[in-house]
Amino acid sequence: MLRATLKRLVTIVPTLIGVVVVTFLLTRVLPGDPAAYFAGPTADAASIEQIRKSLGLDQSLPQQFLRYLGDLARGDLGNALSTGQPVLKEIASRLPASAELTLSALALSILIAVPLGILAAVKEGSWIDHLCRVVTTAGVSLPVFFTGVLFVCIFYYRLGWAPAPVGRLDLYSVAPPHVTGFFLIDSLLAGDFDTFRATVAQLILPASTMALFALAPIARMTRASMLSVLSSEFIRTARASGLNSRTVILRYAFRNAMLPVVTTLGMVFSFLLGANVLVEKVFAWPGIGSFAVEALIQSDYAPVQGFVLAMALLYVALNLMIDLAYGVIDPRVRLEA
Amino acid sequence: MNRRDFLSAASTLTAGGLLATAAPRLAHALSRDETLALISENGPNNLDIHGVGTNRAGYEAAWNCYDRLVTYGIKTLPDGSRGYDKDVIAPELAERWEADAKGVTFFLRKDATFHDGTPVTAADVKWSFDRAVSVGGFPTVQMAAGSLLKPEQFSVVDDHTFRVAFARPDALTIPDLAVIVPAVFNSALVKKHATEKDPWGLAYTKNNPAGGGAYRVARWTPGTEVVYERFDAWKSGPLPQLKRVIWRTIPSSGNRRALVERSDCDVSFDLPAKDFAEMKREGLVKVASNPISNGMWSLEMNVTKPPFDNLKVRQAIAWVVPYQKIMDVVMYGEANPMFGAASNTPDDLVWPRPTAYRTDVEKAKGLLAEAGFADGFSTALSFDVSQGAIGEPIAVLMQESLGQIGIKASIEKIPGANWRGQMAKKSMPFMINFFSGWLDYPEYFFFWAYHGQNAVFNTMAYKNPALDKEVDAARAAAASGDAATYEAAIKTMIAIAYEEVPRIPLFQPYLNVAMQKSVGGYAYWFHRQLDYRTMGKVVT
Repeated sequence: MLRATLKRLVTIVPTLIGVVVVTFLLTRVLPGDPAAYFAGPTADAASIEQIRKSLGLDQSLPQQFLRYLGDLARGDLGNALSTGQPVLKEIASRLPASAELTLSALALSILIAVPLGILAAVKEGSWIDHLCRVVTTAGVSLPVFFTGVLFVCIFYYRLGWAPAPVGRLDLYSVAPPHVTGFFLIDSLLAGDFDTFRATVAQLILPASTMALFALAPIARMTRASMLSVLSSEFIRTARASGLNSRTVILRYAFRNAMLPVVTTLGMVFSFLLGANVLVEKVFAWPGIGSFAVEALIQSDYAPVQGFVLAMALLYVALNLMIDLAYGVIDPRVRLEA
Repeated sequence: MNRRDFLSAASTLTAGGLLATAAPRLAHALSRDETLALISENGPNNLDIHGVGTNRAGYEAAWNCYDRLVTYGIKTLPDGSRGYDKDVIAPELAERWEADAKGVTFFLRKDATFHDGTPVTAADVKWSFDRAVSVGGFPTVQMAAGSLLKPEQFSVVDDHTFRVAFARPDALTIPDLAVIVPAVFNSALVKKHATEKDPWGLAYTKNNPAGGGAYRVARWTPGTEVVYERFDAWKSGPLPQLKRVIWRTIPSSGNRRALVERSDCDVSFDLPAKDFAEMKREGLVKVASNPISNGMWSLEMNVTKPPFDNLKVRQAIAWVVPYQKIMDVVMYGEANPMFGAASNTPDDLVWPRPTAYRTDVEKAKGLLAEAGFADGFSTALSFDVSQGAIGEPIAVLMQESLGQIGIKASIEKIPGANWRGQMAKKSMPFMINFFSGWLDYPEYFFFWAYHGQNAVFNTMAYKNPALDKEVDAARAAAASGDAATYEAAIKTMIAIAYEEVPRIPLFQPYLNVAMQKSVGGYAYWFHRQLDYRTMGKVVT
């Protein structure tokens, strides 16, 4: 297994080289002049030129690329002009915020979608199957920014049940001491239950928004995969042998149906990271998606490059983990295959 | 790890996640009475006004964390609101000053200290001013606007006496010392963090205000939050009421409105005009509303690009603009109209002032025919996407109106990042734009936006020696105190600009700020950001 993992790791290298080259070129081709943007309201041509120089934008493309590679080797991803901080620091502080939100949403949707999918498959054609169909159709057809705004309007503005959508913590709470960057974990480590509660309260609406969106593919895949397994011969044998239906469904059918569900989870996770951008905007979540979009609008190259690089690394790691999980879930799957 | 272990571990983890901890509810909030909770669309990207690309939110941080030698007074405006008084220069770090023909001497208060306790001396002022005129970019340009050009102009007389020598007679020199840029830095502290590559310590002051202002930054999470604490040893004015200011970034404008309406924040900034108009009607919260001084939205035509070189074409367009519709549909009345006056020749010195144009399609058609474009022409109308909430509806209304006289205008959306570059290149033939000057004088506006020096804001590339003569005369007369010449020059300058109309004024927008009724002491400032020092909360 170690050899297989290493072999798999080697295939990552060309991908990463490709990502570095493409992001560099892509951000240079985009329209916009950051020097003019950051020269300020009363700048003249001379001061714009001065800023262009300090940003290294006056050099030729190959020179800029070499400079970029050199910085990259030293772990220097440049400065984000929009917040004025080093990109590496920004990504390090924002990635946990996005990950906490995405993982909460994913957990929430798994908790609902998997049982829903199983029940829909077991009781095919019943009311629960129809419910599953309605929920999944609603989930895919309602865009996240719409559900986000709707939730804020109903649960915060009209009913006042949810706390104000002001980010990871309400205005008067203080972030827990930094350990993992996940406020849920850090607050528990610090034994600060008030902050934990405040974090959960702030998470509920955005996580539900994203969970609704993620429900559909997971529930549909669970249902389809369960249906095909339930109609296979070993299940018929199990039933014929007189095993109770609970054992048949959960132990034999579901475990065999998990493989496509795990693949879908991986896809949904990467999908959610993308959908984050809009949810982060609506809920003032200081995540990585809104940061990258902001940078793109301002033609701020460094954060965009850093973001794409971080995302590429994340996807590669995710795919690796899913590949490895396959082997563990189903012994028939081998990485070499 | 085998398959069974993995599966059981996975289910244990899921079960663990379900065990939500029921935490006891404790009073966790900081005292709210002396805390101001403020929300806006963007937070600062740099806490130093001298930094590269410091944004408008950064101006607010710099304004409250640093002192300047002098500031502007505050007056009650005719409508009962409060605003800065451009005609009153008030003491801040300087207790008093004496101006003569060659310069001005400032006497610093002797008890003022920086946040770290170091006394403020004339050497700090000298170093700070040297920095402002030397770092380049925006601060240097702003200093130059007041003829503050080189370090040799600044000298230390003794520890608490500082002198500025005039480079040339300029009425704007002292007013320019009261803007944000000539802030006084703790020179010893910044020098400690300066490097050979960064002699002015910009990297340090970007994250660490090194001043002695009424507030200091307790915590800054870029892009998310700034928390200020009052500097209790502040001497340059009466001790502010607010002990703490929490400033959170909320990107969604709908939420910024919801938060203030549900009393979850004290002050809400940057809302669309429509929301402010509705909030004023509903009266749930207080809305402070002031016309932005020395600023206006206008349509600008590049006179080097035919057919805009033709005066009659420009006037035809000025007669076809749907002015009132723009006021109603785009601004919801949250602006002063800049059209429909009796004449283009001013009878007083009020600025900004309306032009004599109004919507008259027949007149526009006639002028266009006289210009030889009876069948119209095609052009491209540009606006800045980052200001799209205002620019886009104006563009659409203009497109429709221009169609009535046969002009086919396509709409060009220029990304915010590109806008300044396009302005500098003067490549756009026709655009919708906003300009305002910090220093509230008409000749200052004209110097940047109309003068033949062709600054970036003269997007029309308009060069008219007759107009330049009047602008220069007005500046000279202001410096020498010749009121009669000044008045004549200003009036002629405005008359020429409005008759030649390379720039068609549309409206002067309001700066609106929504706040709880318990919040008091707000004043409008030229920099259009908040001054926390005068603000406070009435505990009910």
